[in-house]
Amino acid sequence: MFVSYKWLEDYIDLTGVTAAELAEKITKSGIEVEGVEILNEGIKGVVVGHVLERVQHPNADKLSKCLVDVGEDQPVQIICGAPNVAQGQKVAVAKAGAVLPGNFKIKRAKLRGEESNGMICSLTELGMEGKVVPKEYSEGIFVFPADAEVGVDALALLNRDDEVLELSLTPNRADCLSMLGVAYEVAAILGREVKLPETNLEPAAEKASDYVKIVVEAKEDNPLYVAKLIKNVKIGPSPLWMQTRLMSAGIRPHNNVVDITNYILLEYGQPLHAFDYERLGSKEILVRRAVDGEKFITLDDTERTLTSEHLVITNGVEPVALAGVMGGANSEVSSDTTTVLLESAYFSGGTVRKASKDHGLRSEASARFEKGVDPKRVRAAGERAAYLMAMYAGGEVLEGAAEADTLTIEPAVVSITLEKINRVLGTELVMADVKDIFNRLQFPVSIEGDLITVTAPTRRGDIRIEEDLVEEVARLYGYDNIPMTLPIGSSTPGNLSDYQKKRREVRQYLEGAGLYQAVTYSLTSEDKATQFALEQRDTIRLAMPMSEERSVLRLSIMPQLLEVLKYNSARQNDSLAVYETGAVFLANGVDSLPVEKEHLAGAITGLMLNNSWQGEKKAVDFYVVKGILEGMFAKLGLTERVQYVQAQVEGMHPGRTAEILLGSEKIGFVGQVHPNVQKELDLKDTYVFELSLKAVLEANAPVLQYEAIPRFPSITRDIALVVNRETVSGTLREIILTAGAPLLKEVHVFDLYEGDKMEEGKKSIAFSLKYLAPERTLTDEEVTKVHERVLDALKEKAGAVLRG
Amino acid sequence: MQERLKELQEEAIQRIEQSASLKELNDIRVAYLGKKGPITEVLRGMGKLSAEERPVMGALANEVREAIAVKLETKQKGLEEAAVLEKLASESIDVTLPGRPVKVGNHHPLTRIIEEIEDLFIGMGYQVAEGPEVEQDYYNFEALNLPKGHPARDMQDSFYITDEILMRTHTSPVQARTMEKHQGKGPIKIICPGKVYRRDNDDATHSHQFMQIEGLVVGENIRMSDLKGTLEIFAKKMFGEDREIRLRPSFFPFTEPSVEMDISCKICGGKGCSVCKQTGWIEILGAGMVHPNVLEMAGYDSKKYTGFAFGMGPERIAMLKYGVDDIRHFYTNDVRFLKQFSKHE
Repeated sequence: MFVSYKWLEDYIDLTGVTAAELAEKITKSGIEVEGVEILNEGIKGVVVGHVLERVQHPNADKLSKCLVDVGEDQPVQIICGAPNVAQGQKVAVAKAGAVLPGNFKIKRAKLRGEESNGMICSLTELGMEGKVVPKEYSEGIFVFPADAEVGVDALALLNRDDEVLELSLTPNRADCLSMLGVAYEVAAILGREVKLPETNLEPAAEKASDYVKIVVEAKEDNPLYVAKLIKNVKIGPSPLWMQTRLMSAGIRPHNNVVDITNYILLEYGQPLHAFDYERLGSKEILVRRAVDGEKFITLDDTERTLTSEHLVITNGVEPVALAGVMGGANSEVSSDTTTVLLESAYFSGGTVRKASKDHGLRSEASARFEKGVDPKRVRAAGERAAYLMAMYAGGEVLEGAAEADTLTIEPAVVSITLEKINRVLGTELVMADVKDIFNRLQFPVSIEGDLITVTAPTRRGDIRIEEDLVEEVARLYGYDNIPMTLPIGSSTPGNLSDYQKKRREVRQYLEGAGLYQAVTYSLTSEDKATQFALEQRDTIRLAMPMSEERSVLRLSIMPQLLEVLKYNSARQNDSLAVYETGAVFLANGVDSLPVEKEHLAGAITGLMLNNSWQGEKKAVDFYVVKGILEGMFAKLGLTERVQYVQAQVEGMHPGRTAEILLGSEKIGFVGQVHPNVQKELDLKDTYVFELSLKAVLEANAPVLQYEAIPRFPSITRDIALVVNRETVSGTLREIILTAGAPLLKEVHVFDLYEGDKMEEGKKSIAFSLKYLAPERTLTDEEVTKVHERVLDALKEKAGAVLRG
Repeated sequence: MQERLKELQEEAIQRIEQSASLKELNDIRVAYLGKKGPITEVLRGMGKLSAEERPVMGALANEVREAIAVKLETKQKGLEEAAVLEKLASESIDVTLPGRPVKVGNHHPLTRIIEEIEDLFIGMGYQVAEGPEVEQDYYNFEALNLPKGHPARDMQDSFYITDEILMRTHTSPVQARTMEKHQGKGPIKIICPGKVYRRDNDDATHSHQFMQIEGLVVGENIRMSDLKGTLEIFAKKMFGEDREIRLRPSFFPFTEPSVEMDISCKICGGKGCSVCKQTGWIEILGAGMVHPNVLEMAGYDSKKYTGFAFGMGPERIAMLKYGVDDIRHFYTNDVRFLKQFSKHE
């Protein structure tokens, strides 16, 4: 809502309060003022001029040479490019030395050989938006009424010596979608009176009800319909002050009758519609629901197909307006109109919302009906509009109005105690403070002991419950004046859950291992949603996606992380490690929420180590990534329960991928991205993992228990085994650990040889075995006995022999 | 004989002084003090001396030996030290060459902001509550005093999956769920971070997915002044002790009274600049007293219990705090962007 400071002064005395101060006060008491526009800012030297003579420029077809009286001793010559400039016009002239918006300085100049001492201005050149400029002036200069005084400040005449406050209204404050509503708000803030506009007219002889009968069938949608009749109207431009006020509020002037309805919309917040009475072709207005499939041409010359959910105004037979949204072309006011039927009605918000949404017709009028107009202002707005039509369209207003009224107005009556107000706010207000606030708001209030009973005016439909009164008191008392305290009463422990703590540890660990945390989108394309998914389910699709790219919920994080690598790789960052933790979404039946599982995914590409001047370079490989995971599982106390099993995963390298098992549950995979996929994404060798973080973080770690530090030395035996190439080290390790228990404490691989010195199909793998007895020094014989057992087991179970 | 010894001493000392290596020095040691050396040779001739002369000559010979030995030792120390110095000199390196890089990643800037806020409120007795990102219409809207057809639903155009299921448009449903779980009993003090979704086109200031972090306190006698005090602590800790805060009345369907909080603009110090749109203030969060309908729907007696709630956008905070100019940076994951958030402030 745009509020002109000068216009607001019609309703309230603003002496001593500048526009900027007013904006600050309004903002602080509840309605955010987004900005204050000074309409004539940066403009000077523009006066009203009289075009004494206009001739064709001798050297240019599209230019005129004008002699203009600007109120100085001598008229000046000005070259003008506007097509509509003509002799006798009163125009806005930027004299030599003037400044226009954008710091555009006007200088004496020669245009095609002819001297020009200024510029005749269009409204857009004076800083107005093109969309509010009257159509007749949109392609050229603006022309003042003939009685404009030559030499005076043209901007003052255009009401540009004004400031406009832009109010950002929340949905509850529809009352401030009107100048009067804003006046009541400002009156409450400043503690001043509201002056209501003039509406009184001499009674006329004829009665409106003799001209038209109102019948409302859809009483719920339209509980009140008021029609005023204005005869002998002369259509023409509205007065300049009205046009300029409309323009400042963002509305384009048309003609006096239409402008007056728009002016009342802004002044009272009540949308009106003017019909050409003769074109209605009947003496009846019938308000009803449309018939399904009924056709109707709105005044934007578009044919609309209606349904039984839409409310229409008809002449008894066919629609003449889509109620609260737009009038019909068949009954539109035109330059020939002489009798106007002026509609002022209360339409229910739901009806109007449905129609404006279905037909894509959002307007100032529909917005006000949707949010609810003040039922008590319906008649007053009609009276005021009729009054203005008498004043500015030469009309004769008929006595009374034709009405259909089934509206019951029940103002909300709300009671609250002073104690409750103070208890909720943490304040120590006394009754007089509270009473003063409601008086300033002009809310009728009665007080009995501690109990305050308030009758909410109909313009403030947002006041319904105790808390609404608390808010009114708080905002007018001033949020600044509320003390600062902290909650008292029973205390609560502040902490993270175990799950959240462990998640933070995992993040920190991965970052310590060189991975950057990424955050990507949960919505992806149908194709990507299921790639690398740990569990295949039906995809979950948005009902109305914005794009195909973001239409489906992801089942895995990996495709997005690979996108991140691709993006960075294309920007000269081809060695990179990233991870992400986040939900994936598993469908769980159409009517149930999906299962959201937190996943952890990581992706590493290019060099893991790049110490260039010392010549050390190490590209990422399977064991780098596996090592990172092993470190993570160790930190979480899960090492003993995790296993890696060679596996096939779509999109992954068939020989370099392992499934990760936690106990017997498959929780994820680790490996190299399939070379074809790498090629598609233009990536170097890339190793990735994705696993259910939920499974990992919810697994219980073994109890942490101190183990005595051994006081006796251990004995280490190294063995190099020759086995078939397919035999994996994990199997050998298991055999060794089982056979060597309990003296065997540790075993690890320290060499692997698959070179040409080996027999075809064989490889050599070397283990280091550490034996230890915590309570005594081991003897060589003891160890040898166990060690032999280990070697036998290896031979028997894996065909492993010692390398000669 | 006496002269011969003196001669030998001088000769040896001279050679020692001239020697340049440990090997040479050792040769001298062997040559003069060895069993076949000249001093031993001289002493062999002592038999020819008288009984009176013998001890005198013996003492002299020992003196000479001693003098040579001392000289040898001193020289040897000197040479050894010189050798060490020479070795160290040859080992000198260019300390200005770069060290072996240790690869370290870091938190995403949004995680960094969220954890900072979480920790701040954990310190004040809050717990961190989380909830589903795909929500029922009931928890996302209805339980928060936004019945179907409510005009404020216009304010948040949403990604629906079915008529009753949608991508949550805020983290407030976590509050509704938490209250429901507490079955009408207090106290509750939670902070709820998470991803939320709105039907927006992605541009420099809009993102269809973004983060939110909300707080909720419910108990007997929770006052608006408590909200104000809590937000004051938060703002000063998060943005600096020198920042001022301002509360403005506002409107949210789930709170009454409602508040928006501004902090004084850091860039211009409150004078007005392009960042704060000439107002001197920057909007940072929305808050208010929990609407009685919200309390009642979750099973609380709104006559007995009151509460406050607040919510903010980590993207906005990060943008203000670090001067990030485009919200899309947070979701592009350009490493040149991510790595800037590793440092302490």
